[in-house]
Amino acid sequence: MSNRAPNPHGAARAWFGGIAIAMAIWFALYRQLQPVSRWLVAQLPIRPGSHLATSVEFFFYDTPKVLMLLTLVVFVMGVVRSFFSPERTRALLAGRREGVGNIAASMLGIVTPFCSCSAVPLFVGFVSAGVPLGVTFSFLISAPMVNEVALGLLFALVGWKVALTYLAFGLSIAILSGWIIGRLRLEGWLEPWVREVRAGEDPLDDGHRDWVERFEAGWEAVKEIVGKVWYWIIAGIAAGAFIHGYVPAGLLARIMGAGAWWSVPAAVMVGVPMYSNAAGIIPVVEALLGKGAALGTVLAFMMSVTALSMPEMIILRKVLSLRLIAVFAGVVALGILAVGYLFNALFS
Amino acid sequence: MKDVKVLGSGCKRCQTVEAMVRAAADDLGIPVALEKVTDYAEMAKFGILSTPGIVIDNKVVHAGGIPKEEDLRRWLQA
Repeated sequence: MSNRAPNPHGAARAWFGGIAIAMAIWFALYRQLQPVSRWLVAQLPIRPGSHLATSVEFFFYDTPKVLMLLTLVVFVMGVVRSFFSPERTRALLAGRREGVGNIAASMLGIVTPFCSCSAVPLFVGFVSAGVPLGVTFSFLISAPMVNEVALGLLFALVGWKVALTYLAFGLSIAILSGWIIGRLRLEGWLEPWVREVRAGEDPLDDGHRDWVERFEAGWEAVKEIVGKVWYWIIAGIAAGAFIHGYVPAGLLARIMGAGAWWSVPAAVMVGVPMYSNAAGIIPVVEALLGKGAALGTVLAFMMSVTALSMPEMIILRKVLSLRLIAVFAGVVALGILAVGYLFNALFS
Repeated sequence: MKDVKVLGSGCKRCQTVEAMVRAAADDLGIPVALEKVTDYAEMAKFGILSTPGIVIDNKVVHAGGIPKEEDLRRWLQA
């Protein structure tokens, strides 16, 4: 997609036309997934209705389905993200008061693109440009926790109610945690050099991006993200397929059901050291919910996997003192626990 | 001699960008002094928010993600 057509209008038209055709093919294929996967399983020498058949059917159906959904979601998000560069986000947040600033920051955290290796430059850049510490944290918490790819997949696989509640509670945790950290006045706990950095002179002009460039950005995102996470997803679907076919429903309802009060903290403790891609977790979530696991417990698990990752904390150690990292992890973990219990109380 | 800095913590993308700069400069026959900057304080001085970043003759020309080949050539020739 890097070779440009001679005139930009022609190129834009080609993109719009190509997207329309691709969408038509996408929907036609998507509708055939269920019958085709049934047919495929029927061709295998497996007894219909057995544990194995149930697992294999889940796998055959979910693999193309999740990969197709992921491609669509990532493309759309890639285009949306081309509107929100980190530079623009910083300009929007600089000098914002706490409160409003925390809310804006956590929403921008969802759409602003940056990779985890940019967490430190971003953090320093925000703080040195006068974005309050608590507001910066709201941004840093919501970015991994409310993952836009996870949100899109949840919406498609588990339903809009779960997707919306995940969004609402993820945002609430980011807003509240950032606000609390801001109230605690912990600026002194930053590593000394961070406080001394002056904001660099206005670095880059964002420049105007036309639609061709935005679509290209979407396509780049597909190549990069789908290319990187597809094996996580297949592993996740395989785990989901096993749960779907072999784990008896009563078992999960007992261990991860709303009745087991300890299931929420247990889910968080299991989730934090796990470093997985949010996209790989969703098929597992889908299967767990189908077997009677409580929604709050499952969401707590998912959020702790994505929002509190060890590698990210190790990276942040370069700019934050250990005490500040501990406060950050503690506040976020408490928020996740609260969400877990609240959900189990609401949805059981 | 152009002074080129590639800013980044050493992730895969940063290495890709470094290789791209070297290849483009060789291709264009432009002599460059290429330096990798991995120090966060140094990056902060350039005001870079997302990595990899490219600085040519002390001017930030790019930040975040992998640049386009054609843009990279244009910056090197400027």
